[in-house]
Amino acid sequence: MELINYLIQNTLPVAVPLLLVALGGMFSERSGVINIALEGIMLFGAFFGALFVLVVQNSGMTPQTILLLGMVIAAVSGLIYSLLLAFAAVNMKANQVITGTALNMLIPAAILLFSKMFFGSDGVTTNISFYIRKMPFLGSIPILGPMFFQNTYLTVIIGFIFLGISTVLLYKTKFGLRLRACGEHPHAADSVGINVYVMRYAGVSLSGILAGMGGFFYSVGVMDGNVSGHTGVAGFGFLALAVMIFGQWKPGKIVLAALFFAFLRTLAYSVSLIPFLYNLGIDQTYYKMLPYLATMFVLALTSKKSRAPKAEGIPYDKSSR
Amino acid sequence: MVERKDGFNLKAITKSKGFSSFTAALMAIFLGLAFGFIIMLIANPSNAISGFRYIMFGGLRRIGDVFYFATPLIMTGLAVGFAFRMGLFNIGASGQYTMGLFFAIYVGFMWNLSGPAHWIVSIIAGMVGGMIFGFIPGVFKALLNVNEVITSIMFNYIGMYFVDMKIQNNAAMYNSSMTRTRYLPESSQLPSLGVAGSNVSIGIILAILLAIALYIVLEKTTFGYELKATGFNKFAAEYAGMKGKRNIILTMMISGGMAGIGGAFAILAPSEIAGSSMTYEPINIIATAGFTGIAVSLLGNSHPLGIIFSASFISYIQRGGTLTSLVGFKPEIIDIVIAVIIYFSAFAMIMNTSIKKFLIDKFGKKKKNKSIINNGEGVE
Repeated sequence: MELINYLIQNTLPVAVPLLLVALGGMFSERSGVINIALEGIMLFGAFFGALFVLVVQNSGMTPQTILLLGMVIAAVSGLIYSLLLAFAAVNMKANQVITGTALNMLIPAAILLFSKMFFGSDGVTTNISFYIRKMPFLGSIPILGPMFFQNTYLTVIIGFIFLGISTVLLYKTKFGLRLRACGEHPHAADSVGINVYVMRYAGVSLSGILAGMGGFFYSVGVMDGNVSGHTGVAGFGFLALAVMIFGQWKPGKIVLAALFFAFLRTLAYSVSLIPFLYNLGIDQTYYKMLPYLATMFVLALTSKKSRAPKAEGIPYDKSSR
Repeated sequence: MVERKDGFNLKAITKSKGFSSFTAALMAIFLGLAFGFIIMLIANPSNAISGFRYIMFGGLRRIGDVFYFATPLIMTGLAVGFAFRMGLFNIGASGQYTMGLFFAIYVGFMWNLSGPAHWIVSIIAGMVGGMIFGFIPGVFKALLNVNEVITSIMFNYIGMYFVDMKIQNNAAMYNSSMTRTRYLPESSQLPSLGVAGSNVSIGIILAILLAIALYIVLEKTTFGYELKATGFNKFAAEYAGMKGKRNIILTMMISGGMAGIGGAFAILAPSEIAGSSMTYEPINIIATAGFTGIAVSLLGNSHPLGIIFSASFISYIQRGGTLTSLVGFKPEIIDIVIAVIIYFSAFAMIMNTSIKKFLIDKFGKKKKNKSIINNGEGVE
């Protein structure tokens, strides 16, 4: 029981960044833009969030207030950075994968440059703890309390709130319907008066907001509030893409995929605590490869009946009807 | 008019496809450098100009080193560019490069060969290592319809963890007190060309020869023709009876092999200290050479011969970038410049035509007058 609680408590803070970023990728791809820049957007949001934390950490605000404000800063920075992708993909009709790769490369270099010049380190190091030992009321529920509301972060609850918001936005609003139409058949959407360019900007912006937040939550829940330009977000942006594909571009399945991947990663980093796995004597590095190998395995099984939005990756040109 | 008969026609050159991609590359480079300069102005205004001067002209002092560091970049550029010609985006050149590096290092340390056979076999081993990691995304793409971008990104991580683990667990290769690999035995190092003040090795010559070989494959063989045709229109190529699946796997294998050779060239090269080789530090970071290869390939228009020049250029500004630390900057400034160059390369062609159109709309009449005057002068 102790072990199960431990694994759940450690899986959730890892799952939430994956979940949010995969939801972001879903909005972008459902509007028809491949967003491979998620990794860069995450790091951009994490950097500015952590910078904010660094500035205000001694101002006397409670850690949870700082977390919420930092989340807003990270979301806004993510939004701004994603506009670079939207501009290239929508206005300039550029190759979306190349643009995304460029945006991924830019941020670690910029963080390393500025951190080395101004802090003399590889990134931003903060000394504040967002850890919650036990949430009031919720933490005292028998069985469920220790599993979900003890030894955790506020990010977990926020993450699941945004899962709900995203689901409603995508399936229950006019906006969501229009967004999905633009990813499936932009010409048809255009013919009934939907502005495809605006919808694609909206899709990419939403992905920027969610990925920026996800990046900050990664630095909170996985890196103890720090950001490093060297390790970045350790490929979480790319894993989130795999989570999105595994989740078939649907919020309900994405959350399950995110939990699955996060569980594998938690397992990889807690091998020494699980006697059964530890006694097998396999090099721990193999466990660290596990999420990436699992991605390949899962994609090989699911890609034949892929439900990818039909128009994703193709720049929309009004005149090419 | 006379010019046209001679076959040397400025207009025909400026309107050709090659020229417009050349101006597009220049445009991307200009914007990249300008952005880098702005970043330097923000970071440290007083030293920005002297720092920028190092980037622009610092490489001139170390021409040998420019080619020394350009060697692996030519190979990763060729890897990305070759796959590009078929419409495949090989973002996994980093993983293939790392695998090539590991295979080469393994043969270098663990196999007892003497004479030139040692380094030749090491390079071939590097190629095999890269080919394996190119083969996997190729098979996933061809047989299982998994996007090669995702596969190669995942294998960048898998390869990085795998290689770092294998090196750290092998005391013959790894010097744990230095957290680096040991120096390779001299027989497995590439012979130096003996240029004064630099260690530029036979690798650069081999890289250029390989570029020419790829050029011949692309332009003079049936396989190259099929490959390009598939790149232009996948469905038409399939309809014409070309074996798309086989070609995808073959292309990715050749591409991976090139990146693997790049890794071998990088690690087998002799370094500044006499008798020593380059070393590798296994710190769980994905090699940047593969991503720089994307910039190299885009700037070279995915043309094997263009890639030789673009790799030299990128290496040139990288040498200058390391010198900027003399005035308080960090070499990462060049990574920023490279990223911006890639960003603008993605739509430089479109930007180019729209700017041209804008200029013609605005200054069209003036330009025409000028060209008439120029023509008049030419006749005189």
